[in-house]
Amino acid sequence: MSVAAEDTVTEAPAVEAVPKRAMTLGTGTSLVILAALLVTPVFVKNFVVFQMTMVMIYGIAVLALNILTGGSGQFSLGQSAFYALGAYTSAVLMENANMNYALTLPIAGLVSFGAGYLFGKPALRLTGIYLALATFALAVAMPQLLKLHFLEHWTGGVQGLTVMKPDAPFGLPIGQDKWLYYFTLAISVAIYVGSVNLLRSRSGRAFMSIRDNEIAASAMGVDVAQYKTLAFGVSAGITGIAGGLSAIVVAFVAPDSYTINLAIALFLGMVVGGVGWLPGSFVGAAFIIFVPNIAESISKGLSGAVFGVLLFIVIFLVPHGARQVAIVAQQMLGKLKK
Amino acid sequence: MTAMLNVRDLRAYYGQVQALHGLSFALNEGSLTTLLGANGAGKTTTLRAICNMVRSTGAIEFEGKPLSGKSTENVVRLGIAHVPQGRGTFTTMTVEENLQLGAITRTDKKNIVADIERMYEHFPVLKERHTQQAGTLSGGEQQMLAVARALMLRPRLMLLDEPSFGLAPLIVRDLFKILGKINREDKVTILVVEQNAQLALELADQAYVIETGKIVMSGNAKEIASNEDVRKSYLGY
Amino acid sequence: MELFTNQVLAGIATGAIYACMALAVVMIYQAIDHLNFAQGEMAMFSTFISWQLMQWGVPYWWSFLLTLAISFAGGILIERLLFKPLAKAPVLTNVAGFIALFAIVNSVAGLTWDFTIKQYPTPFGSSPFLGSQLISTHQVGMIGVTLLMLIGLYLFFQFTRIGLAMRAAAALPESARLVGVNTSWMIALGWGMASAIGAVAGILIAPVVFLEPNMMGGVLVYGFAAAVLGGLSSPLGAVMGGFLVGVFENLAGTYIPGVGNELKLPIALALIITVLVFKPAGLFGRAIVKRV
Repeated sequence: MSVAAEDTVTEAPAVEAVPKRAMTLGTGTSLVILAALLVTPVFVKNFVVFQMTMVMIYGIAVLALNILTGGSGQFSLGQSAFYALGAYTSAVLMENANMNYALTLPIAGLVSFGAGYLFGKPALRLTGIYLALATFALAVAMPQLLKLHFLEHWTGGVQGLTVMKPDAPFGLPIGQDKWLYYFTLAISVAIYVGSVNLLRSRSGRAFMSIRDNEIAASAMGVDVAQYKTLAFGVSAGITGIAGGLSAIVVAFVAPDSYTINLAIALFLGMVVGGVGWLPGSFVGAAFIIFVPNIAESISKGLSGAVFGVLLFIVIFLVPHGARQVAIVAQQMLGKLKK
Repeated sequence: MTAMLNVRDLRAYYGQVQALHGLSFALNEGSLTTLLGANGAGKTTTLRAICNMVRSTGAIEFEGKPLSGKSTENVVRLGIAHVPQGRGTFTTMTVEENLQLGAITRTDKKNIVADIERMYEHFPVLKERHTQQAGTLSGGEQQMLAVARALMLRPRLMLLDEPSFGLAPLIVRDLFKILGKINREDKVTILVVEQNAQLALELADQAYVIETGKIVMSGNAKEIASNEDVRKSYLGY
Repeated sequence: MELFTNQVLAGIATGAIYACMALAVVMIYQAIDHLNFAQGEMAMFSTFISWQLMQWGVPYWWSFLLTLAISFAGGILIERLLFKPLAKAPVLTNVAGFIALFAIVNSVAGLTWDFTIKQYPTPFGSSPFLGSQLISTHQVGMIGVTLLMLIGLYLFFQFTRIGLAMRAAAALPESARLVGVNTSWMIALGWGMASAIGAVAGILIAPVVFLEPNMMGGVLVYGFAAAVLGGLSSPLGAVMGGFLVGVFENLAGTYIPGVGNELKLPIALALIITVLVFKPAGLFGRAIVKRV
């Protein structure tokens, strides 16, 4: 028998199925949150505004990972590479081609989309741990590639590139940080709405069918290879836009800002936010930005340990992430209404 | 005769969904009982509830001892062997390793070797293939292996979940003959869940019919077989 | 040609490190079906414990044995306290748990023993082996110990009842419970064994890379890579994978222009991935056929 050495298993999907409707927030809740985000900068300090901007940027990157993992069931530890690609594309275009910062973002997205799509092709044959290792290699390689000598003219080598921080347009009377906050907010909303619609579309259904059962999906006529690479491309593209935004907001890019640690942080953001639950991406992003600072303030020497303990507490309490909190809250509200 | 297994008011749940609605039945020591029912009636769930593999309420007593709160492996250690649906073959291991696994809770090393030999007598095909990977066996052979593996426990009670599933009729007949022999000669009490009602009723001495999570009929297998309703719904003539 | 042979030899020497770690990786993968990202840190911590024991005056071999026992118990304890409660949580949540454990162990070791590098002794000596400058007696000893562990594990899994039960629990937990195997404890046992094997790896690696809290970062990555290359279901494959990765890496660094030290890791990984594209279950692994 030729199959003598093969195991046959009916494997449960690694990523839990999240029904489409459960992937988003209701319209009312969304509008309340949006309103809160619009007025907050008026009341807080510039540094807090900057941090909130970073939460949104990381949120976009986590959302991109969520589309890949929560949507299509593929796993990536290489998101930092696409983020770096986007950041460098924006920075190089702004510094070397004097391009307007806003115009660099679509290009950053396209470049990263292309890279992700191309990477997704060979990655098609890999799943689970093997895919994790492949994407991990990408994440490890990227900072080294950015340091390469013959690219130094554009990338600034190890030193990186400093970028001009843009002022508010049309002489608007707000500071740079606040302007970039609103700029980022607008893009975040656009990407969020776009992603929600993507997952509700035909392509989104194709992604999810692959996530839940690849063999059954292909039997139903879903072009598995096409959609898997597409999911990789879209995820990389959105990550690239987040990277480009970060280059503009931080006004600096350097190879060592985009190590595997960033990819791991984005992964943690996705787990804490709830895999497959898009609004959770921003909760997760807040976690990975604020909790290390909190840990540092509790104990300088043991900040890593404090962070680890806090992370354990979170996953013990809500193993399904912020999504679980949202579900419980919804049920309680439902009971109150009765 | 005293009841060996006593099930009272068993209710089982999959998440929010209730699958068993207060099921009660008893098995006599040494009996061969069959549990009949259509798809989704709750036959498999009943067996899984006995081994605590599904959330349930109600009382299950085995030889006077309550089973609730015991982990699956501890239920098994009391002498209840469960041949699951789909057979649960350890496909990457050899046939012999599968049999050894059946006796993994036993400490009487010498008898284990003898028991493996006895299984090879019951099922000669397993002896032929004892070094082969279990995954390479045919469906019928895997079912025999599953029964043999369960017997390696030297169980007092054996639960079988649709042993005929996916097997050719001739093989099913063979298998059932062996089950009858095991029941008579080795004094193993057997509860077999079946969709193949005709064969099951020929083999069994007791029968229960289950519909949507409740027992709707019980009694002597011959009486049940001659019952008008059962004939129409399950035997098809 | 001499350059080539020398590089292969040097590759085998570093490969021994990876092989050692890969063996620990496969061990835990067999028991829990995940790659434990904190495994390198656990091994580092064990090595520090043995170092501390020696500082207190315990002789080498006694500290070695004591460390194994402590690591074994520690592995079980970590599983019972931190990961048993996550048994029903999604896979990715478990992975987040490994990352949290990584952060905790690394940070505690840093605070306890600080980040300066420390010398770690070797029982095999570090003179050139058979006159070769590229491979020392320590590295030969390391290869020897790794092979011994491999044989030991093989015997354990093939010929002991508890080894059989562990394999069953890993392969089909539900079926294993139905024959009376306490699968939950098998997982804990797997953690304990992986932790002890990791301790051996750490103790063997420390004389080469020096002892410090970040010593295992790179090694674990290579260990993972080696395990995946060899096939996660095969301890022998993991060890072979370790040597192959070591040789790969050295040859790439020597013969591909512009690679140097910095790009060694990505190139080695890229090569591994290329292999996996053609042989998705690894060189020695078993292919898995999925059913709907």
